[in-house]
Amino acid sequence: MNLSAAVEHSPILPLWQEIVVGSVAFAVLCFVLMKFVFPRMEETFKARVDAIEGGLKRAEEAQSEANKLLEQYRAQLAEARTDAAKIRDDARADAEEIRQEIQVRAREESDRIIAAGREQLNAERQQIVRELRAEVGTLAVDLAGRIVGESLADEARQRGTVDRFLSELESTGSR
Amino acid sequence: MIGQAVALKSDVPFPPEVGDFYLPSIVPWGGLDSLWFTKITALVWVSTAIIIIFFTLAYRKPKLVPGKAQWIAESTYGFVRNNIAIEMLGARGVRFAPYLATLLLFIVFNNMWSIVPVAQISPNSHIAFPAFLALISYVLFNYVGIKKFGFRKYMRNSLIPPAPWFVLPILIPIEFFSTFLVRPFSLAVRLFANMFAGHMLLLVFTLGGFAMLQANTALAPISVLSWLMTIALTLLELLVIFLQAYVFTVLTASYIQGAVSEEH
Repeated sequence: MNLSAAVEHSPILPLWQEIVVGSVAFAVLCFVLMKFVFPRMEETFKARVDAIEGGLKRAEEAQSEANKLLEQYRAQLAEARTDAAKIRDDARADAEEIRQEIQVRAREESDRIIAAGREQLNAERQQIVRELRAEVGTLAVDLAGRIVGESLADEARQRGTVDRFLSELESTGSR
Repeated sequence: MIGQAVALKSDVPFPPEVGDFYLPSIVPWGGLDSLWFTKITALVWVSTAIIIIFFTLAYRKPKLVPGKAQWIAESTYGFVRNNIAIEMLGARGVRFAPYLATLLLFIVFNNMWSIVPVAQISPNSHIAFPAFLALISYVLFNYVGIKKFGFRKYMRNSLIPPAPWFVLPILIPIEFFSTFLVRPFSLAVRLFANMFAGHMLLLVFTLGGFAMLQANTALAPISVLSWLMTIALTLLELLVIFLQAYVFTVLTASYIQGAVSEEH
């Protein structure tokens, strides 16, 4: 049988040695677990909650950031479009302007050329007229002298007569 | 005693007695009856060491995504924290969760020895251990109550239920008796008696098998039945181990809850 049966123990009377041992063991256990283990578990739980909630919050922030950027890009795009349209319109207007300018210049040029030509023609004509007049006068005088039989060439009066005649001829011709 | 007579006749100590719970000293400083280092106290130290080693190792480097050991450690604490402390005490229960978790672990691991082969006896079958645990719970809930309300208001809350004045002379002594006298005893005795009875039952069926076998070989089939009973009772004991630890912890939490709540 058991060796300690010699000493009678009552099952409902605690042995003080066991109370001491149990208390010390339990105190050590409490100290270690409540100081080094469970508070760190609480921290971990909190960190975990933070990580999840922080992740959600970060995702939300990123989402709003992205939305903002998208808005910004859209605004920029619209701005760029209006700019481009404006530039196109400007270019078109410029081209039109340049075209008209060129037309005006060309017309002026042609007018000038025409005027110059006309002037030259005029000058040539007058020269021809002048030459013709001299020649026609001479011819007429020669002819008249021959017809009359007498040279009138020296007669200064006769010259005046020819000139007058030619002027009259001219004025009737241009009328 | 008849039992001793049987035991003498058959060499098997049957029926088991209270003396079977008190084993000889392992390191007998003061003779064989020295109680400082017995199988019981050794088991207490071993269970304390197991809990400390497991939890400190499992929680040496805690990670947000836990490994297996960390997960087990966290679940244990999380169970007490959420399902006992917060369940019964609300948000303020978090403050008590570490103590309640330690209490539960200490009781479970010490109870566990009752079915661990070779050990086969729980320190909690000696009333010394449940007794000081109950004493701590008793001091704790009274301390918490007095700290919150002050001594007079705490006593008024605890002792004077909302009842017509003429029943108070009966109710107040009953309340005093149940709250301040019975609670620690019921806590201690419930745990102690369960573990004591569990060990006793296992002894009865195990030793009974041997006793019958030695008394008469023809009784062998009944011996086998007796040992099968031992196995079944071991499984029952497993349930009791957890149940009693849980009950002790929940009752402690409930006493704290009673002490800190305004209403009776």
